[in-house]
Amino acid sequence: MAMEATETRPLGKSIKRKEDPRLVRGQGRYLDDIMLPGMLYMALARSPYAHARIKGIRLDQAYQVLGVKAILTGADLEKMNLSWMPTLAGDRQMVLATGKVLFQYQEVAAVVAETRAAAEDAVQLIEVDYEPLTPVVDPFVALKAGAPLLREDRAQKDNHIFHWEVGDRKATDDALASSPVVVKEFIRMPRVHPAPVEPCGCIADYQKSTGKLTWYVTSQAPHAHRTVLALVSGLPEHMIHVISPDIGGGFGNKVPVYPGYVCSVVMSLQLGRPVKWVETRTENIATTNFARDYHMTAEIGATPDGVVMALKVATIADHGAFDAAADPSKFPAGLFSIVTGSYDFPVAFAEVDGVYTNKAPGGVAYRCSFRVTEASYLIERVINTLALRLNLDPAEIRRRNFIRPEQFPYQSPLGWTYDSGNYRATLNEALNLLDYEQMRKQQAERRAHGELVGIGLSTFTEIVGAGPSNTFDILGIKMFDSCEIRIHPTGKAIARLGTRHQGQGHETTFAQVIADELGLTTADVLIEEGDTDTAPYGLGTYASRSTPTAGGAAALAARRIRQKATQIAAHLLEVAPEDVEWNGEKFAAKGLQSRAVGMSEVALAAYTNLPEGMEPGLEATYYYDPPNLTFPNGAYVAMVSIDRGTGEVKVERFIAVDDCGTVINPMVVDGQVHGGLTEGFGIAFMQEIAYDEDGNNLAPNFMEYLVPTAVEAPHWETGRTVTPSPHHPIGAKGVGESPNVGSPAAFVNAVVDALSPYGVTNVEIPLFPWKVWNVLKEHGLTE
Amino acid sequence: MESRKDDTHRMVTVTINGEMRQGLAEPRKLLAYFIRETLGLTGTHVGCDTTSCGACTVLLDNEPVKSCTVLAVQADHHQIDTVEGLETDNVLHPLQQAFWDNHGLQCGFCTPGMLMTSVALLQKNPHPSESEIRHAISGNLCRCTGYVNIVKAITDASHKMQQEPAEV
Ligand code: FES
Ligand code: FES
Repeated sequence: MAMEATETRPLGKSIKRKEDPRLVRGQGRYLDDIMLPGMLYMALARSPYAHARIKGIRLDQAYQVLGVKAILTGADLEKMNLSWMPTLAGDRQMVLATGKVLFQYQEVAAVVAETRAAAEDAVQLIEVDYEPLTPVVDPFVALKAGAPLLREDRAQKDNHIFHWEVGDRKATDDALASSPVVVKEFIRMPRVHPAPVEPCGCIADYQKSTGKLTWYVTSQAPHAHRTVLALVSGLPEHMIHVISPDIGGGFGNKVPVYPGYVCSVVMSLQLGRPVKWVETRTENIATTNFARDYHMTAEIGATPDGVVMALKVATIADHGAFDAAADPSKFPAGLFSIVTGSYDFPVAFAEVDGVYTNKAPGGVAYRCSFRVTEASYLIERVINTLALRLNLDPAEIRRRNFIRPEQFPYQSPLGWTYDSGNYRATLNEALNLLDYEQMRKQQAERRAHGELVGIGLSTFTEIVGAGPSNTFDILGIKMFDSCEIRIHPTGKAIARLGTRHQGQGHETTFAQVIADELGLTTADVLIEEGDTDTAPYGLGTYASRSTPTAGGAAALAARRIRQKATQIAAHLLEVAPEDVEWNGEKFAAKGLQSRAVGMSEVALAAYTNLPEGMEPGLEATYYYDPPNLTFPNGAYVAMVSIDRGTGEVKVERFIAVDDCGTVINPMVVDGQVHGGLTEGFGIAFMQEIAYDEDGNNLAPNFMEYLVPTAVEAPHWETGRTVTPSPHHPIGAKGVGESPNVGSPAAFVNAVVDALSPYGVTNVEIPLFPWKVWNVLKEHGLTE
Repeated sequence: MESRKDDTHRMVTVTINGEMRQGLAEPRKLLAYFIRETLGLTGTHVGCDTTSCGACTVLLDNEPVKSCTVLAVQADHHQIDTVEGLETDNVLHPLQQAFWDNHGLQCGFCTPGMLMTSVALLQKNPHPSESEIRHAISGNLCRCTGYVNIVKAITDASHKMQQEPAEV
């Protein structure tokens, strides 16, 4: 049962969330809830074509609409040198199209008007003369010699963006050549979109009299956005105040800077009035960054008894019209090199080639630490193929290959140092909770009756918490994070962090971390995020990095407070500082636990009764540069049955055992796991942004882009093992993304398991009933 | 937010959360925006443009409707209830309390709509089964919670409301 925020020693307890009382009353303050005096509305005109040359734009009709204040085109922006903006991936992206459009729904013009309706009316009246060009939708076609050139702006005259590789190609090829068993699989992870229920938006409010721009924006990374905006616009950075209000879900969608943001800022600078832009659902799904679109081939070499010898991976990454991935600078394919997963591969090699196509730009890390979902899905699928080939139980093949507890810190062949884990224990916990053997027996019985029943496993390792400054930066900015704590005279605290939650519960969990360090209760600590004028600089919330980075900063800032507080406590207790000891709740005189003072007495003294010569006040800031990433892991098991008549897959049971190190709030962790599993379920069974051959987006809204409702979403069971991170200040690893990273393979492995007696080893997601039905048909399993 | 009064606008009168309110609306103005922008009640959210997400759910004469798919003028002289009206005398509605107690929300964006749908469900069916709950809220998308704790919260509230019948 959830506990009140007034509990002492709150770390590890299911404390009820502090953000909820306002949110259940409808008193959250989301972007679109902010209405400023004199505010104007912006709407965007978008291209109906995926690839076309713009011959001309006529605005006179649009200007006739009552209430229209201004219309911006790419030509206007060109004069300001703003028609292109940098992407986080180091590419550039058109703000408003000039010359040609490169994807359907691309931004072509921006209208600002007195009302939302007037802006939209005017958008309808903008006339653009397009000359359609041949669209390129398939990334493999885009790479072919003679394919139409998409990005005429680049010096390089083809559609290839980057080649990235890691590992030892020669040693891997040699090991594969000498492996008695080799399995090879082509695995596609289709294009999906995070689609939080709240779309993206912003209000740019430039005050000509002060020169200050206040920018309200749905941002998972407000400080980074301030810096990017300063660089793009030329405004001095201290005159930009970014406020990221309550966010209605992000999942990676709200990390990048979008053309609509830039246009609203330009418009506010020109008009001196606040300009609001909130995208529609169609704009959200069809234009803001997608995720995945990875086309992967993997080969595993192994001994006859299933011990892995080598892994080789080649991937084509479709980035759409612009490489707008939000990866750390040195990682064009994100942390895809976690692809060796939980297994002790002696050698491995992976390469990724990025490609332009006439599709929306991306891709973001959708509830995922930069391409980790793709990597985990791939290895967990292909290890399954190996088990099938060798006729080994999928649990057994994993046991034979797990990195063993004594191997940590483990050096992976692709360059990572895994911090900790006990993979066998995590798997055993999942198998015991389910009674795996019993489940297999049931499966055999039901199969004997002609039922299609499958059990699938996924035992993934994640890599999160980017990251150590020697390796991780975004546009050069190191990926540390920060926390500033102030203790008021009455012993209550306010803490501000460089992260920005979107539902993860930071207002509660970070308060728990700090309260636990300082002998306070969660109720005593107010957490604030998302205001760049008050919070210390940090890189934001995505990639499960908040707990590993800002969570570390929170604990260490609190410990800094405790250092000074120890001095003050010594003064109050009239003993030497070295004779003061922290007993977990109070400062006590050594050997005399009855003589103790708590944080509230110390706090008061910090302002009223200080030791001679000490600087008044009680506050601390910590910029935490983590020494390593953290490596959460999990063991997930799915049991499914397939309807022969319809091809529909029913998830009968699903258990997720996660090991995210120290757990701050079990209730919140379970909630994160439920949510991530549901998104993983959506990815496995429902969600896909498909395009037709003309580049038309076939799923630009919630009617066609299907996300799970309460009816499809299975019931989830959860469990836990705890292997703390040895280097994190409280041993926590982060969890928000594990369930989304780990679950798709479990579902698909279960479906393959159901069909493997009939020779099926691979099926392509999303597993729409019609697709499964086609597989059934092909194998004579349905009428 | 309507700054112009002309013959394209209509006066719309509603009783919202028990209070009579009036505002001008273009005939095409959606009820969701009338509630949010004209009446200033921003607890009702907008998450899509295809009547799919349910974030905008309110009660119109006690029936749950997606207010993005009703015109403001259609609500003229009708009764509307929104999330802001659930609390009585500083006491949370049992559903609000249960969502809080059971971690039935994360980002909170879907929550007002989810609550209004649940209010309507429990009015009609005070003891819903898990499957009845799941079907009742299937027009309300939540991307954060995976629904498990929402179902739990609604069940919890239904039990508590049995014990001490509360006003809605
Ligand atoms: S906003 Fe009304 S259903 Fe989505
Ligand atoms: S709590 Fe975020 S959408 Fe439901």
